Amino acid sequence: MLSPEGIFEVPAEYAEYGKYIERLNLDDFLKFYRDMARIRRFDNECTALQRQGQMGLWVQALGQEAAQIGSGYGVGPNDHMFPSYREHGVAITHGIDLMSIIKIMRGVNHGGWNPEETRFHLYAIVLATQVLHATGYAMGVNFDGLVGTGNPDVDQAVITYFGDGATAEGDVSEALLFAATTKAPLVFFCQNNQWAISSPVSSQTVVPLYLRGEGFGVPGIQVDGNDVLACYAVTAKHMDDARNGLGPSLIEALTYRVGAHTTSDDPTKYRPADELEYWQARDPLLRFEKFLRRQGVGDDFFEEVAKAGDELAEQIRAETFAMQNPPLENIFRHVYSDPHPMVAEQQAWLEGYEASFEEGEPS
Amino acid sequence: MSNSVELPIAKAINAGIQKAMSRNDKVLVFGEDVAELGGVFRVTEGLLAEFGSKRVFNSPIAESGIVGTAIGLAMRGYRSVAEIQFDGFVYPAFNQIVSQLAKITNRSEGHLSMPVVIRIPYGGGIGAVEHHSESPEAYFAHTPGLRVISPSNSNDAYWMIQQAIESNDPVIFFEPKRRYWQKGMVNLDSPPSTMHDAAVLREGSQLTLVSYGPMIPTALQAAEVAASEGISIEVIDLRSMSPIDFPTIINSVKKTGRLVIASEASTSFSVSAEVAAKVAELAFYHLEAPVLRVGSFDVPYPPAKLEELFLPDADRILEAVDRSLSY
Ligand SMILES: Cc1ncc(C[n+]2csc(CCOP(=O)(O)OP(=O)(O)O)c2C)c(N)n1
Repeated sequence: MLSPEGIFEVPAEYAEYGKYIERLNLDDFLKFYRDMARIRRFDNECTALQRQGQMGLWVQALGQEAAQIGSGYGVGPNDHMFPSYREHGVAITHGIDLMSIIKIMRGVNHGGWNPEETRFHLYAIVLATQVLHATGYAMGVNFDGLVGTGNPDVDQAVITYFGDGATAEGDVSEALLFAATTKAPLVFFCQNNQWAISSPVSSQTVVPLYLRGEGFGVPGIQVDGNDVLACYAVTAKHMDDARNGLGPSLIEALTYRVGAHTTSDDPTKYRPADELEYWQARDPLLRFEKFLRRQGVGDDFFEEVAKAGDELAEQIRAETFAMQNPPLENIFRHVYSDPHPMVAEQQAWLEGYEASFEEGEPS
Repeated sequence: MSNSVELPIAKAINAGIQKAMSRNDKVLVFGEDVAELGGVFRVTEGLLAEFGSKRVFNSPIAESGIVGTAIGLAMRGYRSVAEIQFDGFVYPAFNQIVSQLAKITNRSEGHLSMPVVIRIPYGGGIGAVEHHSESPEAYFAHTPGLRVISPSNSNDAYWMIQQAIESNDPVIFFEPKRRYWQKGMVNLDSPPSTMHDAAVLREGSQLTLVSYGPMIPTALQAAEVAASEGISIEVIDLRSMSPIDFPTIINSVKKTGRLVIASEASTSFSVSAEVAAKVAELAFYHLEAPVLRVGSFDVPYPPAKLEELFLPDADRILEAVDRSLSY
């Protein structure tokens, strides 16, 4: 929808998607830009914090801001999201505190938010597992009768995020099949960022990924993942369809992992520099900035966004440096929902063990 | 006067599921061939007719998908009773069980509970082809976050499946498939105990014999033979392989001073190994002989014509009893 020069045009065959953009106003556009800039700044700051030893690992979303912010805003207020581990952008569109993501990578906890409340589920590190959880969840929405009621305030849908590499896992195929056979209100959102660590997408599939669902009965569509408006429109439309009882669909967002896989990775060992240049010319923020400037948005706005970024960076640094380690007894908490004698016994042992040191110390 | 009926184990599990489903409409039953057919062992027979296809349905033949969707359904407030058709076919779901089902409550800091029951017919002795006779319980018992139980008789089958469905934690429910048709009285009024209590099935004074699942009738038979030779054996049915009810075992060993553990699983790194280690730790001064284990050999389950010799029988248990007593 957006050309690299920031010119907005909806091809006639995609008019039904264009309608979703017509409903937006300038404030929405500014919000999209602010969040893309916010998540990029967050990403860069976290990379720096990792280099300084404040986190064991950082997982960058650099370059995927449009796919994540656009699709995140396409998700409705009753819908549930099942992310993988790189969806910081989607997370902020639904109120997840960025510090919780830092906690995961620092090793404080596994996120800590309440997935039922936020509707944004916890990060999944074992590839593709979350795709099946989303499918089961969407089957439950169906059983609850909250699909196609005709009342948009109660209908619900589910979206799950995964990478191009994860599509090779059997769980994605099983999920496509379960979703198709149960007509689950589910959108499969694949961010094809071209790489799975050092493996190019060509080693995961020979057929474009948006076609992966066809054989299962899950129709697919490919979208420019660096075009925030297109990602918004496609997600919003397919979530509407799911909510209205039209069943599952698959979106492949073509984007690029501009950074390393994680801070432990060295992409110079496996990928050509000109590829990076090609994609940097298609940077989602630059493109959207051109669009906004064409809409008459001026320097004031971009300066304000830059200033907000500086404030965010400062806040994140301060809060990360002040972060306390969790207490050791946390390891025994919530291993089970109901009481468990073996866990209780080991916890009691540890308490006694620790107390034995205290007694030995001079008072 | 208690209200009781005689049922084979398979029917007792069926009746227990039926009870749980009529009590709570969030209970779902699904898996391969569980609907019209009632499962290859007919354990879910009649449930489709009574509860309809929204609550009892066939899933695609995809074990990871069965468990993965059961997890998503649990997040949505449903309590799934998922059937894995045979022990040897649980491995495609192993990832979802071990890295997801077992950990999500902990990962979510208690925001999500995982009331999922995975029913698995297990063990050998039915003359089956490869992958239909395995005893994989130790893999699951070794995994924090799971509960692992196995009934050995109809009354336990009826009550333990209901307790498993009521549990807010995931339960791997191992069904002793070669005993499915073994009849027993079921007390319909009150459960014998919680699903994690061991049961003393036969009192004795000279040796404690711990076993579980399909080996229980074999253990009782061994105790009977021993009794005819004047040897008094106390037989304990573990019922729960995780957690294990150690107080019941330790009390018995303190009395008898000797312990033999019998199970169908390969002996090394097994549930039996865990019992042996813990008894050595907690009842060391009471032991008159080393703890002995009777189990399968540490080799793949053999072709059916060899399974009778492969599986421990009463004689193999009695051989260990003799070794313990003559130590
Ligand atoms: C089951 C499993 N196997 C391997 C890994 C290790 N691993 C982590 S990320 C990754 C690549 C995933 O690539 P993709 O799905 O394209 O997502 P991206 O990281 O590019 O966002 C691999 C192999 C894992 N997390 N889970």
